[in-house]
This record gives sequence, C-alpha cells and structure tokens, in this order.
Amino acid sequence: MPAVTETRETVEKLAKSSYEWGFETDIEMDIAPKGLNEETVRLISARKEEPEWMLEWRLKAFRMWLEMKEPEWAKVSHPPIDYQDAHYFAQPKKKPGPKSLDEVDPELLKTYAKLGIPLHEQALLAGVEGAEEQKRMPVAVDAVFDSVSVATTFRKTLEEAGVIFCPISEAIREHSDLVRQYLGSVVPAGDNFFAALNSAVFTDGSFVYVPKGVRCPMELSTYFRINARNTGQFERTLIIVEERASVSYLEGCTAPQRDENQLHAAVVELIAMDDASIKYSTVQNWYPGDDEGRGGIYNFVTKRGACRGARSKISWTQVETGSSITWKYPSCVLAGEGSVGEFYSVAVTNNHQQADTGTKMIHLAPNTRSTIIAKTISAGKSDSTYRGLVRMQPKARNARNFTQCDSLLIGDQCGAHTVPYIESRNMTARIEHEATTSKISEDQLFYCRSRGLSEEDAVGLIVNGFCREVLKELPMEFAVEAQKLLQISLEGSVG
Amino acid sequence: MSVETTVQTSPGLEAFVGRAAGHGTALAAMGIPTRRAEAWRYTPLRAFADTVWAEAPALSDAQVQALLADLPLPEAGSRVVFANGRKFDVLDSLSESILVSAAEPVDPIEDRFSAVLNAALAQDGLSVRVAAGTDAGMLTLASLTSGDAVSTHLRHRIVLEEGASLTLYDLNAGEGRYVANPRFDIVVGKGARLTHVKLQQDSQTAGHLAIIAASVDAGGNYDSFTLNHGGELARHEVVSTLNAPHAQVHVNGIQIVDGNRLNDLTSMIHHAAPDCGSRQTVKTVLSENGQGVFQGKILVDRIAQKTDGYQMNQALLLSEKAQINSKPELEIYADDVKCSHGATVGALDDEQLFYLRSRGIPEAEARDILVRAFLLDALDLVTDEILRDLLQRSIRA
Repeated sequence: MPAVTETRETVEKLAKSSYEWGFETDIEMDIAPKGLNEETVRLISARKEEPEWMLEWRLKAFRMWLEMKEPEWAKVSHPPIDYQDAHYFAQPKKKPGPKSLDEVDPELLKTYAKLGIPLHEQALLAGVEGAEEQKRMPVAVDAVFDSVSVATTFRKTLEEAGVIFCPISEAIREHSDLVRQYLGSVVPAGDNFFAALNSAVFTDGSFVYVPKGVRCPMELSTYFRINARNTGQFERTLIIVEERASVSYLEGCTAPQRDENQLHAAVVELIAMDDASIKYSTVQNWYPGDDEGRGGIYNFVTKRGACRGARSKISWTQVETGSSITWKYPSCVLAGEGSVGEFYSVAVTNNHQQADTGTKMIHLAPNTRSTIIAKTISAGKSDSTYRGLVRMQPKARNARNFTQCDSLLIGDQCGAHTVPYIESRNMTARIEHEATTSKISEDQLFYCRSRGLSEEDAVGLIVNGFCREVLKELPMEFAVEAQKLLQISLEGSVG
Repeated sequence: MSVETTVQTSPGLEAFVGRAAGHGTALAAMGIPTRRAEAWRYTPLRAFADTVWAEAPALSDAQVQALLADLPLPEAGSRVVFANGRKFDVLDSLSESILVSAAEPVDPIEDRFSAVLNAALAQDGLSVRVAAGTDAGMLTLASLTSGDAVSTHLRHRIVLEEGASLTLYDLNAGEGRYVANPRFDIVVGKGARLTHVKLQQDSQTAGHLAIIAASVDAGGNYDSFTLNHGGELARHEVVSTLNAPHAQVHVNGIQIVDGNRLNDLTSMIHHAAPDCGSRQTVKTVLSENGQGVFQGKILVDRIAQKTDGYQMNQALLLSEKAQINSKPELEIYADDVKCSHGATVGALDDEQLFYLRSRGIPEAEARDILVRAFLLDALDLVTDEILRDLLQRSIRA
C-alpha cells in the first residue's frame, strides 16, 4: 500500500535527521568521582546537607539494592549496565544570583532558548533577582537542570495559597517531618531494583504539598533535563494532596544528544487523601538513540500513586516518544472507598527503541473504579509492549475496571505486544478488557480518500484519531508539545 | 516461550527422577516450578511436589469396567481404553484407515514442565496415522486412572496425512488422588482436519497436567475444544503452530470450577506462516472456592502477514471466595494483521436475574438458565453434534 510505504520512507527520513532537541550545554559542574559505594551515598547526603535520618534511609536502601538482582522480565534487551561506570552526583557550581539576564551564563540562556522557554521565564529560571514580581505566569516551573533544581519559580504565589512546591532536597531540610512521614510510603525503598537504587542515590526532584481544601492555583511543571556526560539521573518526586485539595502536575523531558547510554531511574510517589485529586501528566522525549540504536536514554521508572482517602482520584497521562528503552508502569493503589484511578498513555517507538510500559490498578476498597486507555504505535525496528495488571482484592465490592489497549504497526520490522494480567477475587467486581492490533486499515484510508483527502492527510487523520482519547486528557500546555512530538516521531509523513 | 527454570528439591521431584531411570536429567535440571516461574504464577505445584508419586499399577478387568460404567461414551466409532497408563483394550475394531505407526517430530515444547515430566516417564500411548484422503470417523480415547499417590504419563502420537480427517474424543476420568500427565504430539497435514474434543472429569482430588503440541500444515485445521471439569489441580496446555498458509487453529474451552479445585487452560497459538487464522473462546464459571486460570498467548511471526487472530476469554464468578486469574497475551511482529482479544470478569447480571424471576422462574433455576446461556456460545463451537450433546449432558450433571 503506497501510503504505508511513504509513511515508512518519511519515518526513515525523520529518523536520520538529527535529534531536534539534541544539544549540550557547557556549564561548570561539580562532579563526584565515578562509582557507587557507601561513600558515594554519604557524599550525596553530605552535599545535600541532609539530616541524619535521611542518610540512614539512603544507606538502608543501598544495602537492600546490593542484595537485589536487576529484573529480567521486561521485554527489552540491552547490554549489561555497569553501575560503577557513572557519576552519581553532578551539580552546577554556585555563583551569587545575577542581577539581570546579561549576567547569566550565555550557554544556559541558549539552552532555554532552544527549549522554547519565554524570556521572562528564562529570567526566573536563571534566578535573576526580582524577576518574580515582574509578571504573573500561569505555570510554575521547577527546572531540574541535571541533578539540582536550579530555580523554582512562582513560589510566592504558591506560598500564599499554602502550597509547597520546591526541590525535594530543600523539602528534606525544611519540611523534614512531612518528607519523613511520606517518603517511601508508596514506593518502599526495597520495592524493586531501580527503586532501591534511586532511594540510595537520588539527587533531586520535586516536592509538592497541597494542604486541606486548597485547589492549587496553577499547573505545576518541571523540565527535566539530563545535561552532563555520564551522570545517571535519579529523580525523586513526592506529591501529597490533602483532603478536598487538588493539583495538576506536568512533567516534560528533553535531553541533549550524546553517544553513551544513560541510565535514568526515577521514583514518583503520589498520595491523595479524602476527595483529593492529582493529575500527573508526562511528555517524555529523551534522546532515543540514533537510527542504529546507539546512545539514547534508559528510562527505568517507578511511578505509583496511592488513593488513600475516600473518593480520591489519581490520573496518569503520558506521551512517551523518547528514550531508547522505557520501563515504566505508573500505577494506582485504590485503598480509599470509591476512589478512582486512571491511566492514559500514548507510546511511540521508532528505529531501535524499546518500550515496555503499562500500569497497575490495585483495587483494595469497595466501589473503586479504574480506566486504562493505552495506545501503542510501533515503527522502524522498534518493539513496544503494553504490560498491565488489574487486581480486584476480596474487599473490592462493586469495583469496576475498563481497559482498552490498541496497537498500530507501521512497517514490517517492528513488534507490538500486549501482556495484561487480570486477577479478580471479588464476584461483584467487573472487569472488561479489550485489545486490538492492526495497521491503518485500508477501509479507513479508502473512506477518507473517497472524500477527497490526500493519502498523507488521511494517514494523519487516522493516527490523530487513534491517539485522541489520550491526547484530550493532556492539559493545554502539553497538548501542543505532545502533538509536535507525535509529528516528529511519525506524523511527519502527513505534512 | 515460557521460562520454567526454577529449580527446587522436593520429595516429589526426587521420586520422579528416580523412576525415570536415567531419562530424568532434563527434569532434574528444571525442577518443579514454583510460583516464581512466570508460567506457573497462578497454578501452584507445591502440593504436587510434596507427594511421592509411584507408578500406577495395572488394574483388573472388573476395576476398568467399573470406571467405564458411568462415563459419557458415544455409541459410534472406534474406542481405545488406557487404564493406569496401560493399553487395556481396543474395544471396537479400529477402522482400517487408522494405521498405527511412529509420528513425525513436532515443534519443540521441551521447555515446558508438563512436557519435561512426560519425557522423563513416557508410557506408550495412542499412535495413530490416518492415511491421505481418508476420513477415519470418530475415535474415542478413554484414559482412566485409579489409585492413590500414583501417576501416569501417556505419550500419544497422532498424524493426519494430506486431506485426512479424524474426530478424536479424549475422555479423562478416574478415582483417587493421582496425577495424569498425558502428552499429545499432533501433526495435521495439508488440508487435513483433526477435531479434538476433550472431556476432563478426573477425580476431584487428582492432578491433571496435559500438554498438546500440534502443528498444522497448509489449509489444515486443528479444531479443539476442552471441557475442564475435574481434578483438584488441572492444566490443559496447548502449543499449536500454524506452519503454512491458510492453516486454522481453534483452541476453545469451558472450565467449570467448584469446591477447592483449580482449573487452568494455557495456550500458545503460534502463527509462523502468512494467511492463517486462529480462534479462541474460553469461558470459565467459578463457584465455592474455585480458582480459574486462563493464559492465552498469540504469537505472530514477522512473515505471518494477513494473520487473523481472535481470542475471547470470559469468567463468571458465582461465589465470594471464587477467584479468576487471566492473562491474554499478544506478541506481534507483522504489521498487516488483524489480532484482537477481549476479556471480561463479573458476576451474574442482577437485571437479567430480575427479568427471569419477574416471569415466575425460581431463583435457583433462573441462575441456572443464565449460567447455561453464558456457556452456550462456547459450547456451540463444538462442531460434532454427538459430542456436543455428551458435553452438554456432562455439564448438567
């Protein structure tokens, strides 16, 4: 079929064009020596000026990690990772805050410009004094520039509302009680190999606390960037939303082009109390490796949300287009009566990318509901797997789950796999699961073409429609970027 | 392919390896899988590993006739009876077209526990070759087991040459606490058709670990249906390969699980050639403390373009303690395919129940009607009317 041939050609062409957001900023770094041992953990803790309990917590995690084996069940393959051959700490050298953008390191500004961050926001990010008062922006940004949050913007506005949004290293020092109470309560340090590694050596990440009854006044956003060569990035995010409070959190990623594989093992923990709601959106576009599959990020992430309160809600939305290997299962533990878990995902793989992603919905309480919509698009020589679990525990009376997994294959060298686990121990719980795998159907193409659309437009329309259920879940700020990413990964064939 | 490499030592394993007398190397190396082995995560073999299973002794005529007495047997066709792993009798003369000879090798299943166990202790089972172009009609294979802490490991070989056809009625029953571990190597030739209808009503305390390797040539059809109805722990495992264009495979089934029993239907449908089709409908009804397992995988190779694969798996839970674990799996490497699967889990619909009761049907009867209706579209897939009728009567019993 010509349309598909063209699509394939265009995809190949696109793959050859270099990574649009592949660039590297040359900034002075404070880097720990390569290697991982107890000393590394102590060094990270010391540099972060952490309290004693935190160091103990890290060391405990590190000892557990030593005992654990790297998981092998995911449908991905990669050369063995040498955990000793990486820097576990990299921090931009501190300078006094610049008075204006003129004093800011021009390399940093260039990076922001390439990322498309508006000038004013750049000033905020670069920590220019007095920039906060100039203008109100609707989005708060916590830029994780390599391992340290360089600046957190809009803190005043958030502080007035009682919302805490800061780097987690700062939270460990300043909101020690909160962190100590909740850190590791959703993803225990020994949960899995990568979570244990993260717990031992995480360098930074974001902390959000929304107090009772507060609707967070703005969307919270982080730009994750991996910048220095050979530094594993271990982000730790902790979001706590109290009764009747709500927050929408945006996480977006781009990374510079480089040759060596980089390990990224983040842990994200969400906690929702009675009637609370958390919406967590991700656009992930890390460097996927070149068209031979060299380089690219290994993205081994543990994301889990606990709906602890009655009628609480956690919603994960993700658009995954980057990374050479993705290993990611944002999950919901539905412990509060009537709580709701949602998972909306678009995963696009091309060239030699491998994605093994999905979700877990653990229904513990009565009347809990969950929805899973997963769209997978495979092209080139890539492999993409949906792996999910829906579990109804004995107390999950009248619980409901609906799951839909659709895969679209473009080209005959790729693979698409669906591995759902469905477990029910309550007769009143109802589970519906459906999965389809197909290419763009000739009927659909014919229908579009008979109405005067060009083949390219028709393919574009169909791919767009294929992902629509997920894209519409994204907040405005991300919808635009997500569409752009899809275009770069696949839809280029349309234009 | 499943990974079943979990090695452990147990009295059961040692006894099996001892009985294998030198053929047990692969079994000793594999061990008896624990729940950490992906293929056995829902079907624990712990109790199985703790028993020393001896070779089942020969049964007397009277014992065999007693076992045969209450079984649902068709009147027509040929019949072969195996009792405690030994060929007891060929009760009706096999029609001349059924020639006994060695089978050709089929796709390897040697990484699967049930096959490894059978390989170590294999006993001669049915060996059938249906000559090209012949319709061999119906053949009843009755496998009966009786005794405590005994096991049988029959190995059957069935070859259908080009254009041949056979209806195999595979009946499993017995008394006591035993393990039946049959293996079938099946080759369906070009344009041939094997209808394999299995009724598994082994004793409520028995173990049943059946494994079937079926390979299907161009235009051939392996049409199978299993009623899993007995056994304390019973797995029916099918590994079928569609080897050439226009081959068809059906792996359908019903599982009715009550008491403290566990019934498991595990299948792998491997599309290794273009233009093939596979259909699978599996329905499980669970009551009391019953546990149901369904693991169905469809694998589509890169060359298997124009594959049409469909899988439906539904479970009905009738009690608070019943449990279903289901893992429908698609692994697809070809782009021009149509593959889908669906799965549902739930209880009887209160509205449907209310509808029937409002028309004067007592609750128990109304429930019964709804359960039978649930099973009907799976049962309808049994193409042989006589066997469908036998299965239906067996479900009611």
